[in-house]
Amino acid sequence: MNIYDWIQILFYLTVLFALVKPLGGYMARVYQNERVILDPILGPVERFVYRASGIDSKAEMNWKTYAVAMLLFNAIGLLAVYFLQRMQVFLPLNPQGFGAVTPDSSWNTATSFVTNTNWQGYGGETTMSYLTQMLAMTVQNFVSAATGMAVLVALIRGIIRHNTKEVGNFWVDLTRSTLYILVPLSLIFALVLVSQGVVQTFNESQTASALQSGGQTIAVGPAASQIAIKQLGTNGGGFFNTNSAHPLENATPFSNFLEMLALLLIPAALCYTYGKMIGDTRQGWSLLIAMTIVFVSLLGVTVWSEKTANPAIEALGVVGGNMEGKEVRFGIVNSALWTTATTSVSNGAVNSMLDSYMPLGGLVPMWLMQLGEIIFGGVGSGLYGMLTFVIIAVFVAGLMVGRTPEYLGKKIEAYEMKMASIIILTPIIVTLVGTSIALMSEAGRATIFNPSAHGYSEVLYAFSSTAANNGSAFAGLGANNPFYNTALGLAMLIVRFWLAVPVLAIAGALANKKKTPVSGGTLPTHTPLFIGWLIGVIVIVGALSYLPALALGPIVEHLMIFK
Amino acid sequence: MTTQTKKQTHMKQEMYRRAVVESFIKLNPRWMVRNPVMFVVEVGSVLTTILWIQAIFGQGEAPTGFIGAIALWLWFTVLFANFSEAVAEGRGKAQAESLRKARQDTPAKKVASLQVEKLQVEGANAKHEIVSSTALRKDDLYLVVAGDILPADGEIVAGIASVDESAVTGESAPVVREAGGDRSAVTGGTRLLSDWLIVKVSADPGHGFLDRMISMVEGAKRQKTPNEIALNILLAGFTIIFLVVCATLLPFSMYSGGAITITVLVALLVCLIPTTIGGLLSAIGIAGMDRMIQRNVIAMSGRAVEAAGDVDVLLLDKTGTITLGNRQAVEFIPVNGINAQELAEAAQLASLADETPEGRSIVVLAKEKFGLRGQTMEKMHFVPFTAQTRMSGVNFNGTSIRKGAPDTMIELIQSNGGTTASDLKPTVDSIARTGGTPLVVTRDNQALGVIHLKDIVKGGMKERFAHLRKMGIKTVMITGDNPLTAAAIAAEAGVDDFLAQATPEAKLKLIREYQTGGRLVAMTGDGTNDAPALAQADVAVAMNTGTQPAREAANMVDLDSNPTKLIEIVEIGKQLLMTRGSLTTFSLANDVAKYFAIIPAAFAATYPQLQTLNFMKLATPESAILSAVIFNALIIIALIPLALRGVPYRAVGAAQLLRDNLLIYGLGGLLVPFIGIKLIDMLLVLLGLV
Repeated sequence: MNIYDWIQILFYLTVLFALVKPLGGYMARVYQNERVILDPILGPVERFVYRASGIDSKAEMNWKTYAVAMLLFNAIGLLAVYFLQRMQVFLPLNPQGFGAVTPDSSWNTATSFVTNTNWQGYGGETTMSYLTQMLAMTVQNFVSAATGMAVLVALIRGIIRHNTKEVGNFWVDLTRSTLYILVPLSLIFALVLVSQGVVQTFNESQTASALQSGGQTIAVGPAASQIAIKQLGTNGGGFFNTNSAHPLENATPFSNFLEMLALLLIPAALCYTYGKMIGDTRQGWSLLIAMTIVFVSLLGVTVWSEKTANPAIEALGVVGGNMEGKEVRFGIVNSALWTTATTSVSNGAVNSMLDSYMPLGGLVPMWLMQLGEIIFGGVGSGLYGMLTFVIIAVFVAGLMVGRTPEYLGKKIEAYEMKMASIIILTPIIVTLVGTSIALMSEAGRATIFNPSAHGYSEVLYAFSSTAANNGSAFAGLGANNPFYNTALGLAMLIVRFWLAVPVLAIAGALANKKKTPVSGGTLPTHTPLFIGWLIGVIVIVGALSYLPALALGPIVEHLMIFK
Repeated sequence: MTTQTKKQTHMKQEMYRRAVVESFIKLNPRWMVRNPVMFVVEVGSVLTTILWIQAIFGQGEAPTGFIGAIALWLWFTVLFANFSEAVAEGRGKAQAESLRKARQDTPAKKVASLQVEKLQVEGANAKHEIVSSTALRKDDLYLVVAGDILPADGEIVAGIASVDESAVTGESAPVVREAGGDRSAVTGGTRLLSDWLIVKVSADPGHGFLDRMISMVEGAKRQKTPNEIALNILLAGFTIIFLVVCATLLPFSMYSGGAITITVLVALLVCLIPTTIGGLLSAIGIAGMDRMIQRNVIAMSGRAVEAAGDVDVLLLDKTGTITLGNRQAVEFIPVNGINAQELAEAAQLASLADETPEGRSIVVLAKEKFGLRGQTMEKMHFVPFTAQTRMSGVNFNGTSIRKGAPDTMIELIQSNGGTTASDLKPTVDSIARTGGTPLVVTRDNQALGVIHLKDIVKGGMKERFAHLRKMGIKTVMITGDNPLTAAAIAAEAGVDDFLAQATPEAKLKLIREYQTGGRLVAMTGDGTNDAPALAQADVAVAMNTGTQPAREAANMVDLDSNPTKLIEIVEIGKQLLMTRGSLTTFSLANDVAKYFAIIPAAFAATYPQLQTLNFMKLATPESAILSAVIFNALIIIALIPLALRGVPYRAVGAAQLLRDNLLIYGLGGLLVPFIGIKLIDMLLVLLGLV
């Protein structure tokens, strides 16, 4: 790596960290119902929403009511996205006249967008009408992100409050997340993207005359508005099939930088929001530092791996690292940085082809997802996943200091351990069992495009991605068929809600506990030692769960290339 | 070798022999299923044994010897875990055995009449009938005379006697028990040495104190404690993860072109699931209770031992715990121009016959300060302390010397027409201000000066409280003294807070206040009036000399009746939790090395490239897998002593404890198996077994 590579990465992290405090503080004010600068404009809108939908914004919910509201809202969203695709042919804003999407693809896409995964089995510009893109995709991009944030806020309230059953009001959290955080940020971001040349239009596809072989069709559409929230809301579903490698989605190096920034922005800032809300910002910073350390270490592996050329290609006289499947506009570092960022948060937008990465360069994004999307992770969902790991880490460390474990004054007991275990277990089971079923079934094997270890990695990646609600694709796997559409759809649905509901259960259990005051015997959870321990737990659990599976894929592939 | 140690060695051998037998009995799946981790190992053992039998008949998926060796070591893994539990239980069982001897059926003299007044007069001559001790019911009365064994627990209603309680406490010195007051409880199975007692039975047969003790030390009623359950859930979670990891490895390997054998999968699974902590968990819990017993504390539940580790407020009685229990003279302060030696002399004379600890300390101080020896004069007439006069002293040669509390003495002087010296009152006040007790000495109705009596704080208490503070535990001194005295002693002893003029209600209120604030409170008590507070406290230690209600309300009983022991109890609780946490960390960290041993070996045929990961350079795939399995089994045996003894606890802050334990058990857990597996592999090669 040369000095410019370092400067780019350092600059990226510096800008990100500079934005954490202002945005995090703002979000804390939003969730604590304090005055914010946007109140005069959004206050009336918010009140109108409550009035129109008959919501009593003062009413508090217990965790079960909260969970039911969350599930109900998402179920309706699922149906809406499904039927919009099935019926787009009868609906307006369909200048290309696209027909109804197949049932299995519609199911897959519906679960994908409702679960904030944005796995795309379809090619956007050749499948979805503008109405479907805007009303189904873009709306879910907002509310699926807001759902994650709402669940997180309920968990934070569970930690703060004591001797109560109430964890907040789902409808209020959902509305405020969308209205005060996601919409304003997306609006600003979309305008900046348009200034960089990202397309935003209702016109149909344009035809350009090429030098050779006649005309070329260039797909356009209302892209900028969807891309803004796609990046900010850790969604990742591209307007175009090639996602962020497409010049009309990601036009300039500056737009590339901003989109990468948007990837980590809210998940990083939520750490500060968390610290602010629990009244101890050190706790938030320490989680952010833990995430950053893992992120930077794995980023290092990807950049190093991609900078190393494939010996087989090098033998042909090609030098300068692995540029296969990468945009020349972005180069190795900005591709590797993007890839690490997009898989550390559960985004999944890509600006380079992961299938063409070196084995270890491909292992990093896969493993980041397998860790459970907690290194920054999805908006809301990343931090609540991380807090689950904190609970596990605190449990074992707490015992080691000779006390029954507690986190921020709340005792961690059998019930919390049960829920935390479910949260850790579910994605691992879904990933490994899903991959096994695919490898053992005729239908699963039929669309694997590469032989042996690499083909295996492609399937493992698909299930790791969907079972982490990430949505990025390794490619090399034909996934738009009934088998994968159904199986991956199930994976996304199970993981999203079998995690969110236990998290709410923990929130409810913690809220109901009394608070133990801090003393010299209390395990401090903001020290470098604890950060190290937390990272250790995450890495060990992640490594132990996936080492055998990875050994048969990227690891052996790496050992085959570099003898 | 003395007969004593010979006997001990024999007992130990017997205990281990029984533990070995027990480990086989515990293989019963209905018992094993209580421990999910070890149950999985047992299922794996059965599975590999079946595969081995299949291999004998020529249908083996791998060499017969290899499958057999794996099966054998998997059985050892289960047996070692069972053995650890059996050893831990065995220690309690030995204790229970000797207790049970004391509980055997004894003839009881059941008293027919229930009229206490009449019985007090009749005493040993009360009318009675001989029944079996098992026939006694709650609220019956029985009579015991010297030489009898007490047939049941109870409360003395009449009589005073000395009792040999060594069967329960192990302490051979007899103790005095009498009706009324705080020493009225007696325990069945103890022996009356003198006099007679009439006792009201307080528990039905089988529910007495001794019965509860036996069932506690035996672990018969042992239930998993809340934290143990939580840890078990976490371990079960990991077990499920590894079950899925190993099970899915079969299709993965099939797709990759070479199915992994079931034997290797089972071996990998057993190596990965947390067998070390899973196997030792129950031994750790039992050993925690056992460590209490070794310190002569009987915990009534495992939950109480666990809670002891969490305690963050200790309520300590001043007398006996913080101070020596009696005040001692530390200074003679003369008044009215008298010199100090003259005062000391008078004080000494007045105290010669005073056998109270205070009185003796005055004589000692006079000797130390002025070299005054105890002189006996003729015709000395001592005036003992009575509740009416509230003073004591001596008359000789027409001189009368008196000592007593200031207000009593001042009243005496004034009533005899004398006047008190002008500097008497200020001196008295200044002593009271520092927490001391002033005693005024007069000679012939003239005040000579004041003796400064002081509560003596036990040696080393200040350091101990400082340690506790570091551990995050707040100490609160409970005393009946006035706030002034209490504050002075609290400052001297270095406790964090105090409750002066404590009444039982005030104690109860204080505990509730702390608990509402989310704190866990521990206290000791012995009197009946302590019972409500004991019942309210999270960790309540009753003195064995205490009353029955106090012992019923508490969740621990200290047979030594030593209030300072509360601190040790907290440490044992912490040790228990630390041992669990440290071994869990160790167990999980171990897995990393096992992966490096097994993964390259398991796929040696499909992907020879993976041999790069075999940087331990284990000889063959078989030896690698076998070494990992053997290490996994042996580490359980190797850690049994640690599980029984507990991870050493030091009174330092939580952060430092975590750092130390992480370094030893986390880093150690990563490194040790690399070395261990390599050594076993070398040994297997050396013995030509692979």
